[in-house]
Formats: sequence, C-alpha cells, structure tokens
Amino acid sequence: MALLTRARPGRVRDRDGWWAAFFLAPQVVALAVFLVGPLCFAVVLAFMHWDGLGQKEWAGLANFAATLSDPQFGRAVWNTVKLALLTVPAGLGLALLIAIALNSVRGGGFYRVLYFLPVVTSSVAVALMWQIILAGDEFGVLNTSLERWFGIPAPDWLGDPDWVIVAIAAVTIWSSLGLNVVIFLAGLQTIPPQIVEAARMDGAGGLRIFRSVTLPLLSPTIFFSSVVAVISSFQAFDQIYVLVDPEYNEGARTIVYQVYELGFLDFQFGLSSAAALILLVLTLLVTLVQFAAQKRLVHYDS
Amino acid sequence: MRPRQIALHAALTAGGLAMLFPFGWMLLTSFKSVRQMLNDPLSWLPDPWRWANYPDALDAMPFGLAYWNSFYIAALNVALTLLTSAMAAYAFARIRFRGSEVLFVVFLATQMVPAQVTVVPLYLMLAEFGWIDSHLSLIVPTVANPFAVFLLRQFIRAVPVELEEAARIDGAGRWRCFWNVVLPNIRPGLGALGIIAFLASWNSFFFPLIFLNSPELATVPLLLSQFSGQRTAVDYGLILAASAIAVVPTLIAFLVGQRRIINSMAASGLGGR
Repeated sequence: MALLTRARPGRVRDRDGWWAAFFLAPQVVALAVFLVGPLCFAVVLAFMHWDGLGQKEWAGLANFAATLSDPQFGRAVWNTVKLALLTVPAGLGLALLIAIALNSVRGGGFYRVLYFLPVVTSSVAVALMWQIILAGDEFGVLNTSLERWFGIPAPDWLGDPDWVIVAIAAVTIWSSLGLNVVIFLAGLQTIPPQIVEAARMDGAGGLRIFRSVTLPLLSPTIFFSSVVAVISSFQAFDQIYVLVDPEYNEGARTIVYQVYELGFLDFQFGLSSAAALILLVLTLLVTLVQFAAQKRLVHYDS
Repeated sequence: MRPRQIALHAALTAGGLAMLFPFGWMLLTSFKSVRQMLNDPLSWLPDPWRWANYPDALDAMPFGLAYWNSFYIAALNVALTLLTSAMAAYAFARIRFRGSEVLFVVFLATQMVPAQVTVVPLYLMLAEFGWIDSHLSLIVPTVANPFAVFLLRQFIRAVPVELEEAARIDGAGRWRCFWNVVLPNIRPGLGALGIIAFLASWNSFFFPLIFLNSPELATVPLLLSQFSGQRTAVDYGLILAASAIAVVPTLIAFLVGQRRIINSMAASGLGGR
C-alpha cells in the first residue's frame, strides 16, 4: 500500500507541470485563439469606428450611445426579453408535466423518442416545416383550419409584427421540449422511491407529494435547465432567420439579429460589437439574478 | 391504478402526435403539387402523388455535395473534439499543477460567452488567415470546447485511480496511462460526447451562413435555408421535399441510436448542474 501511495500521480511536480502543459495545450491554445482573443478584440472594437476597410478610429462610448439610443435596438431588446418570457416558463412547465407523466407510466421509452425527434432535427428544417403550418397566405394549415372549422379569423402569424414572436416562441418550445423532458426525466429517476413511498405512507396525496417531495428534489435540475433555457433563448438565431426574415418584419428583430445585421450586412463592426457586448452583459445579469434566486428556491441535499 | 394509466397514455399519445404532426405534414406535402395545395390546403393525401418534387429539389441545389461536406466536417469535428478534450480533461482530473483550479474556472466561464459576441472578431481573424469561404473556418475553431472538457473530466474522475497506479508501477508513462488505461474506461463518455458533437456540427447554421460563400462548399442546413419561402418563389412541395431530403437520414440515424443519444444528452444536462 505504501508503494501505491508513493506512486500516486502528482508527486513529481516539475515533470507533471510539463505533462499538464502537454495535455492541455490543444484546448488552451484553441480557446485562447478562437474564444478569449476574439472576446478581447470585440471589447476593443466596440470602442472603434471601423467598416473593415478604412482606418480604425477611436470612438469612445459613441457606439454604445448610438446603440442604446437607437429605437430599433430598443425593439430588439424588448423582442429578446419577450421571447425568453414566452418560451422559458411555458417550455419548462410543459416539459416537467410530460416528464412526470412519463415517469409514472409503463413503456415510456417510445414517447421519449417522439418528444425527442425535434431536438436532433436541423433548426433550418424545423423552420421550413413550420413555415407552411403557420403561413398567413392560402397555404397556411393552421389558419385555414381555424377559419374553416371554427370560423375564427386568425392573425398572419409570421407577417404580423405583433404576433410573430408568439409564433417563434411556439416553434422554439416545440423544438426544445424533448431535451428538457429527458433531462427532467433523468432527474426524476434519481429520486429514491423510498422517499415517495414514505410520504405516501404518511398520507400525502399526489399533489402534496409533488409539492413537498418531487419539486424540491428536482429543483437543482430545474434551476440548471432554466439557466440554459434563458441563455439559449437570448442566442436564438437560426429559426428566426429562416422562419421570418427580420429585415422585413421588425417584430422578429432580436439582439442577435441586430448583431448579425450590423456586422455582416452593414459592415459596422464597431456598432455590431457594442450590441454584442450589451447582449453579453444582459446574459450575465439575468444569470446572476437566477443564481441569487436559486439560493432561496433551490434545495440541495446536505 | 388502471384508469389512471390509460388517461396518462392517452395524454402522452396526444402530445406525441402533436410532436409528430409537422414531420408527417412535411412528408405528405412534399409529394403534393402547388395546384392541390391551392385548391385545398387541408387535404391530407397527395392527389396525384407528385414524385417529381424530389428530383426537382435535387436538381435545384447540389445536395449530394452538401451531404459530403456536412459529413466530413462533422467527422473531423468529432475526432478533434474527442482527442483534445479528453487530453485536457485528463490533465484537470489527474495531474496536479500550479493554477489548475483557476484555469478550470476560466474554462467554465468561457462557456457563458455567446457565439454571437465573438463572431465579428472571429470573422476578421479567419479572414486574416485566409480561412473565410473555406471549411477550415468550420473545423478548427470548434475545437475549443469547454463543455466537452467538463463532461469528460466527470467521466475520468469516476475511473479508479488504482488502475493507473498499477500501470505506472509497471513502467507506463503519462501518455500510456492516458491512452491505454483511461480512454478505454471512459468509452461511454466518449460515445456520448461524440454523438453530441456530431449533431452540433451537422445541424450548425450560424457559422456556415457567415463563413461560407461558394455554393459548392455549402453544408446541408445552409443549402436548405435557400429554400425558405421568405427568399425564393413559393413552391412548398419543393421546399418540403428538400427538407425531407435533409432531415430523413438524420432521423434514421437517430432512431437507430436513440437510446444512447437520449441518455447521453440527458446525462450531460444533469452533469452540468
């Protein structure tokens, strides 16, 4: 045993330092070159006027001032927040319901596959499939059926700036539902059945067990999923870009689209970077708020 | 107990059908003519079946080439991600070195940065390298993958350290320990990560959209986006035939490996908490 302890990795510090450097090198170099470097450059660019061709010019805070006072950017922020509010609580709530149903049913594996299908499907294909369902013209399946069967005149989901975010939110929930379902299901399966049994023996009903046993024990998983869901809704781009071109529908303009348009359609690299940094700060702020709320709402077993 | 099971099954089936409907509608509509859709957008079955939508879609865009592009890019992504992130994960899990904890926190923190924040500088840098409109722009930068390092570190930590110690007593060096002892013991983790990395690369749209211009370099999602009703004349039959061509192979791959794919994605979701 003494021999084993002496041979424990990490005893010869010098040599191990070199080995650590060797093992870490590919990831560290890639991270530095393709992530940290560009991030620093983005911060510098945000304080510059530059169209990619002429001289770079120091701009001070002008890019941030211009971005923050631009009504179009204001709309983009509002649309981004609206999308998160529409997708995160509804999406996670629905996923939780389905996961609980799956957990209490025999032979749930088949449903799991059905709900997971959209997760592995290309976001572009998802957008195209939904385009024909939501289309406002005579091709639209949803509106034609609403009108024919129920006599309800429906809005032009993809064309009406007031409704387009709702349509995007519905597609987003549909396509990300399966991932949250299987994560919650995996979380539910880690709950020891004895605890649920004990609660039942003490006379707790289904709802009471949900509130006092399932929810607290699942809360770390729900918390993690909510952080991921907010971040990914802030970054949503693919489906919006394909489903509705925000260039023609201001209602679908999000911060990410603004970054894309300013950078790659208008070549305003400074303005684009400023908008991107504001997105980063917004993401960090919301995550911080979530972590603060977690202290009060999330139960970690001790 | 019995009626409750039936009610649950009924609800889950209804939900499952709602999940399937867009796929089914895509397949059915991909065989319809524009005339039929105009006459009655709610008609279920194609009448007549317009098989020509498929050859027409294949003629309209070079799908065969796009398939090859998407496939080899994804395969290279998987290989590079697995090798480099397993190496880094090994260093974090098994080697003691100065600054180990700080570096790991930095790794985790970089995961928070949205790709859109760094995309403009990244584009400018890749342009300097001459990598714009080249597949290198999609293969090399994706090597940086803190999530993969984090995931594999969890798996390596679960491998008993005694296995490695025994190998070291037998005279194996660090690399032999890593390659012959640790890697074979984290095969499930490597499999899970490989699948996740493959899907991420195969479905990626934002970077190909920005970094590629030439049609012959296009990946499947990029080519498919050209069919969006927003950008071309609307022939939904053709659009959905193209979508089906793009989606059906991945659906088959998913159905074959579904258990492993779902379990690995669920585990990675739980592992991150």
